[in-house]
Amino acid sequence: MFRLEPRSTRSYTAAWASPVLALVLTAVTGGVIFMAMGKDPGAALYLYFVEPLTTGSGLSEVAVKAGPLVLIGIGLSFGFRAGVWNIGAEGQYIAGAIAGGGLAVYWHQSESALLLPAMLLLGTIGGMTCAAIPALLKTRFNANEILVSLMLVYVAELLLVHLVQGPWRNPQGWGFPGTRMFPDAGTLPLLLRGQRLHLGSVIVLAAPFIAWFVLARTRFGFRIKVFGQAPLAARHSGVSSGRIVWQTLLIGGGLAGLAGVIEAAGTIGQLMPKISPGYGFTAIIVAFLGRLHPLGVLLAGIAIAVTYIGGEGAQISAGLPKAVTGLFQGIILFYLLAFDLFTRYRIVLPTRDTIQE
Amino acid sequence: MTDQPLLSLKGIRKTFPGCVANDAVDLDVAAGEIHALLGENGAGKSTLVKIIYGVLRPDDGEIRWQGATARIHNPAQARQLGIGMVFQHFSLFEAMTVLENIALALPREDTSVLRKRLRDTADAYGLDLNPERHVYDLSMGERQRIEIVRCLLQDPKLLILDEPTSVLTPQEVDALFATLRSLAAEGRSILYISHKLEEVRTLCDKATILRAGRRVDDCIPASETARSLAEKMIGRRLEPIAHQAIAKNDSVTGISVSGLEVQSDQPHGVDLKDINLEVHGGEILGIAGIAGNGQVEIMGALSGETGAPRAGQIRILDTDVTHLGPVERRLLGAVFVPEERIGHAAVADLTLVDNSYLTAAGRMKFSSHGLINWSSVSEFAQTVVRDFDVRTTGVDALASSLSGGNLQKFIVGREILQEPQVLVVSQPTWGVDAGAAAAIHEQIQKLAKAGAAVLMISQDLDEIFLLSQRIAVISQGTLSAATPVGDATPEDIGLLMGARHTQEPENPRVPA
Repeated sequence: MFRLEPRSTRSYTAAWASPVLALVLTAVTGGVIFMAMGKDPGAALYLYFVEPLTTGSGLSEVAVKAGPLVLIGIGLSFGFRAGVWNIGAEGQYIAGAIAGGGLAVYWHQSESALLLPAMLLLGTIGGMTCAAIPALLKTRFNANEILVSLMLVYVAELLLVHLVQGPWRNPQGWGFPGTRMFPDAGTLPLLLRGQRLHLGSVIVLAAPFIAWFVLARTRFGFRIKVFGQAPLAARHSGVSSGRIVWQTLLIGGGLAGLAGVIEAAGTIGQLMPKISPGYGFTAIIVAFLGRLHPLGVLLAGIAIAVTYIGGEGAQISAGLPKAVTGLFQGIILFYLLAFDLFTRYRIVLPTRDTIQE
Repeated sequence: MTDQPLLSLKGIRKTFPGCVANDAVDLDVAAGEIHALLGENGAGKSTLVKIIYGVLRPDDGEIRWQGATARIHNPAQARQLGIGMVFQHFSLFEAMTVLENIALALPREDTSVLRKRLRDTADAYGLDLNPERHVYDLSMGERQRIEIVRCLLQDPKLLILDEPTSVLTPQEVDALFATLRSLAAEGRSILYISHKLEEVRTLCDKATILRAGRRVDDCIPASETARSLAEKMIGRRLEPIAHQAIAKNDSVTGISVSGLEVQSDQPHGVDLKDINLEVHGGEILGIAGIAGNGQVEIMGALSGETGAPRAGQIRILDTDVTHLGPVERRLLGAVFVPEERIGHAAVADLTLVDNSYLTAAGRMKFSSHGLINWSSVSEFAQTVVRDFDVRTTGVDALASSLSGGNLQKFIVGREILQEPQVLVVSQPTWGVDAGAAAAIHEQIQKLAKAGAAVLMISQDLDEIFLLSQRIAVISQGTLSAATPVGDATPEDIGLLMGARHTQEPENPRVPA
């Protein structure tokens, strides 16, 4: 019989092995599901997890999809480390796209080099504003940030739909909901001819490294860590809980907003009723899959992006339903949480000699 | 009574990851005997009694109960055999009455019958208890009586008590001892766990001494001195701490508090009313009192963690700090050691290096422009570990991997090495082994001798009398005037500690 025994210290090996094991077991489980659906599991898994990485366009698409996931995931990981549960990144993402994209809608003939930086800045501020509402309500009235941030997602979604169908609708759009295309000065330049990969991906790539530095080396990063693990100890060392709530929500909202405007100004080029396949929610999985560690979030974002692209490919060439993508993401989280047990516990065989250290 | 021991352990061994908690431990408890299990914290006393009570299972060894081999798989089975246990930390529901708490632990029984049984048992052993009172209203001594009565109602042959006197006033201790003696006179055995030597000498018939998981000696405590028992327990000769008359330095006022009123932010907390005190440089002021009388609140108010008080003024080193936070107060020269080690003074899942940064960042200038200089923090942590003899695998060990005594040495060391002029410390040696306690006491005295003002909040009267020059007593949120240690006896202080409870027991707290 196996026995679980608490470890005297947390195992870093287990902490990093658990996402890897989770991914492997997800693939195995996926294979079983494909078999049950009457598909060749090997071929289906290849379509899902390998094919996107074998072609230039596949890689470019993975980068495009991973961008918003990584950026939002990084922002959320700050809050999650501090025990501030911002579930509304989807809304902050949309708010960012609205705030930054609005600029390009109003100056649609602009050729100013300032337009793009201004859009990125305004998008960040838009996301922050949306996140400031739960921060204010939490610090003032102790309102639950999970509920407030989540409900604001629907507010942001409806606002976007209203804008693109009403005041911001493209006058030359034959009545289709959607704004004008952004001017060139308001669009992130493409990096490769014929691919959708754009400058936004470079901005995204910088985020994990900056976040890593902030968490490992700054007083601010330390305070976030302490506040999440032991609020009383944080207070003892002089950390104000209100400030941490504000700071982490603004970081999460700001990066989600930035991701939103990058998506609008890079991948889409206009505002439409739907500008996200649920990035803000999937980023929660990405944050945890990446152990709330910036570099882990980068890897996790890429892994999840592969399942998105692979899912699209599998729909087209193998006729697999789109829901399989969501299924995979759920299974990954499930295995991850299960394997997390082993960061604090180890399996012991009940022979007497194994216990000695 | 036969010669056969009631309980007999042979060669008990129990290991945990990274340590051997018990190794080849033998123990015999005769019927009607009060048997002490003596040892430092971490010596394996708690592990051993948890094995007896069925909470833990031994890796090796044999348990014999009334001569027959017994396998005790869980506490329910232990209770069936006739083993009862009163834990150090009570397991009571605060929002329920005494009777309800007891009913929960027993097989289903008619309330009126149980109430009568409770009264009879309580009366028979002089355990004063009102079944209808709510637990949150009761003193620690009364709560302990609930636990004892709860065990007695199951008619145990062996009663195990884990550090029972740590929460009691001297008067309550006397009452408890009387109860235990009458239980022993009936032929019940008592296994009494303690590291308080005087208690063991006055109460116990026999003692088994554990050190580092092994049984080092069996003895008759009455024929030993406290000194000789302590040396067996620690395994080396003890240099007695001389009570030092420290010349206090009136020119420096370390802490001065006047008219302090604080509304508690804790559930069932105690509001502070008109607190006045002064601690001078070179002096140790002891604040005695039973837990839950405003100690947590006074600590929070002094460290600045709980925000500005409702009224009054706090001055640290002649600066008005009433509206300053903990960081500013530390920069002025004050350091704080709160009662809770894990989660308040230190973070369990962070390393000792991280935990050094936690409170020493400001005074030791570990960061500039928001960037942390981890190598100097690590050096500081190493100094703490070395100078305060913290037993650990290294400064990268997690705080949770240290034993209570070692973590406390680390925390006190972390604060004292910041060279403060003011130290406020709460329960400095609570749950800490005698060796570590002596080391901590020595360091606190050294700091005061060097001119720092020390305010020490403690429930341990021995500690208060050992270290303080003046003693004040906190009770229901009010603080008595401080008496010089030479003019006070433990009995006087004990009376002050319990005073409010006995004078107006039915008075609910009136919100101001």
